[in-house]
Amino acid sequence: MSAAIDDIAIRVEGLTMAYGQRVIQRDLNFEVRRGARFVIMGESGCGKSTLLKHMIGLLEPSTGRVEVEGTDPWTMAPSERGRLARAFGVLYQSGALWSSMTVAENVALPLEQYTDFPAERVYELVRLKLALVGLADAADRYPSEISGGMRKRAGLARAMALDPQVLFLDEPSAGLDPVSSALLDELILEIGESLGTTFVIVSHELASIFAIATDSVFLDADTKTQLDVGPPRELAHGGSPKVRRFLARAAHVDQPTEGAAT
Amino acid sequence: MAGDARLSLQPGAPARVRLSGAWTQAEGLPDAEALLAQLPPGSALVVAGDGIQRWDTTLAAFVQALERAAAATDRTVEFEQLPPGLERLLRLTRAGRDATAARKGSEVDRRGKPLSRMLQDLLAGAGRPLARLLPRALAWAELAGRIYVALVRLVLGRARVPWSDVVEQFVECGPRALPIVTLLSFLIGAITAFVGVVQLRMFGAELYVADLVGMGMLLEMGALMTAVVMAGRAGAAFAAALGTMQTNEEIDALSTLGLDPVEFLVLPRVLALAVCTPLLTLYADLMGIIGGSAVAVGMLQMSPATYFNEVAEAVSLSDALKGLIKSLAFGLAIGFAGCLRGIESGRSAQAVGRAATSAVVTSIVLIVLLDAALTMLFFIYDGQL
Repeated sequence: MSAAIDDIAIRVEGLTMAYGQRVIQRDLNFEVRRGARFVIMGESGCGKSTLLKHMIGLLEPSTGRVEVEGTDPWTMAPSERGRLARAFGVLYQSGALWSSMTVAENVALPLEQYTDFPAERVYELVRLKLALVGLADAADRYPSEISGGMRKRAGLARAMALDPQVLFLDEPSAGLDPVSSALLDELILEIGESLGTTFVIVSHELASIFAIATDSVFLDADTKTQLDVGPPRELAHGGSPKVRRFLARAAHVDQPTEGAAT
Repeated sequence: MAGDARLSLQPGAPARVRLSGAWTQAEGLPDAEALLAQLPPGSALVVAGDGIQRWDTTLAAFVQALERAAAATDRTVEFEQLPPGLERLLRLTRAGRDATAARKGSEVDRRGKPLSRMLQDLLAGAGRPLARLLPRALAWAELAGRIYVALVRLVLGRARVPWSDVVEQFVECGPRALPIVTLLSFLIGAITAFVGVVQLRMFGAELYVADLVGMGMLLEMGALMTAVVMAGRAGAAFAAALGTMQTNEEIDALSTLGLDPVEFLVLPRVLALAVCTPLLTLYADLMGIIGGSAVAVGMLQMSPATYFNEVAEAVSLSDALKGLIKSLAFGLAIGFAGCLRGIESGRSAQAVGRAATSAVVTSIVLIVLLDAALTMLFFIYDGQL
């Protein structure tokens, strides 16, 4: 637990998330170490994506705080937050490509915004990032002209445009076929290992959780708080019953309960 | 054979119901309550399923209805020899029901006090819009302020505006609106002239129809009709586009990159309307006057030269300017309302549709309010009030 300050990319302390009066999750406490591939797990509707939005500073905590690189974005001056925005990239659930721009322009925009590179250099980088995710051929197509899986990969290329220290991925493999999903997992591993990027991934796909995660937190929809923190492989044996069940892909219904069907 | 529930009563033993035949949706569903009603009150019931040939969820629904009806009348029901798959199915529905009940918890407490509950609902219904008014007014003020800041930054050359998007919005708001503006303003001019002719004829003052059309178009109808067209075309389009971007998380993606969505998305649209609406209004004024001339020449056999001369006599540059000032205000209001509704939009297909609708309604309300306010101001300015 007591890792050196420098080892911590993101720290969540006593975080309560709420939409108005409706509490989504309360008392969240965990740390994401630098270089970790941290997975946020939980059942549908437990607030995984909401937690992600709190971590990237889109939503303000009701109570508690989220520290990114040792500072709380909500106490920063707006000009400072731009610098922070550079430090991380986000892949949204649907890809969230800007629909009025081509794939290449989407990846280029962050670079144009934050670097002084001339246009040719920017597009060299864009070409590289697109080739990295296997989309070199789709550079000049519009988001509406490519498939869902390609949109995800283009979103990943855009998230990586500025070589951020932390990449946030919101359900990267949702809606992908098993092969594309496995390829994406491999890509995440490669990027993490070659660039030392920290990943925060929202996922409930067990295959990819076990394939990529080095650490995780499990959010419970019923008690509205975190149940366990730790590497998924360890939680699969030593976690609380619900987490073990989740990781073993077992549902309540399969277990015989008394009084059923008289 | 259709599903059948046959009741047999033997003194001393519990009543038996034997289910037989096909229990599928195609065959229909017997009435569980009617079956129970045949029994003496308080008696026990045994349901045997050994005669069932085919079944689907219809059977499960019947069994559940029977259980429910029995519980309501304090009877006990036992089931025998139900198909094995059915038991699994029923267990599944119970698990789902228990989980829902556990999650909702307090659902049951809410009943019981109907009158106080109704009163509470009534008060809450009256209070909720009021309670929402302040945060909404703040959101409006915030967006207005942010548009203003973005405009100032634009003038100072510090705004990062996507110029290709600006051009696209200009084309969309301006040239593409020309045909509909042409048609509507021509007809409005003609209608104004027609109504005028009918009235003025009674006083033998038909010539003044030119004054009526000229003043009417320049001061009021040109700006108003253009604004209504723009509200329907551009306002709704803005709200739908921004709402879809909201749904698609595109606006979030801009924010996390440190790009201001107002500068990037709202500013090009508001700018396009602020420039295009006055230009189109000027054009609408002209088309309206031409439309009036068609009626004047056609109905009154007035020569076109007489008509246009009379129009030129009647109107002044300041009339046209007043109309243009109005149209600038309308354009800004439509851009504001359209973008506001789009940004406020929820993240679903229905929400985007509602955003487009309410953008048009909000625009038109704002247009009429602004029109009233500006008309008053111009009168005061002219010292006529």
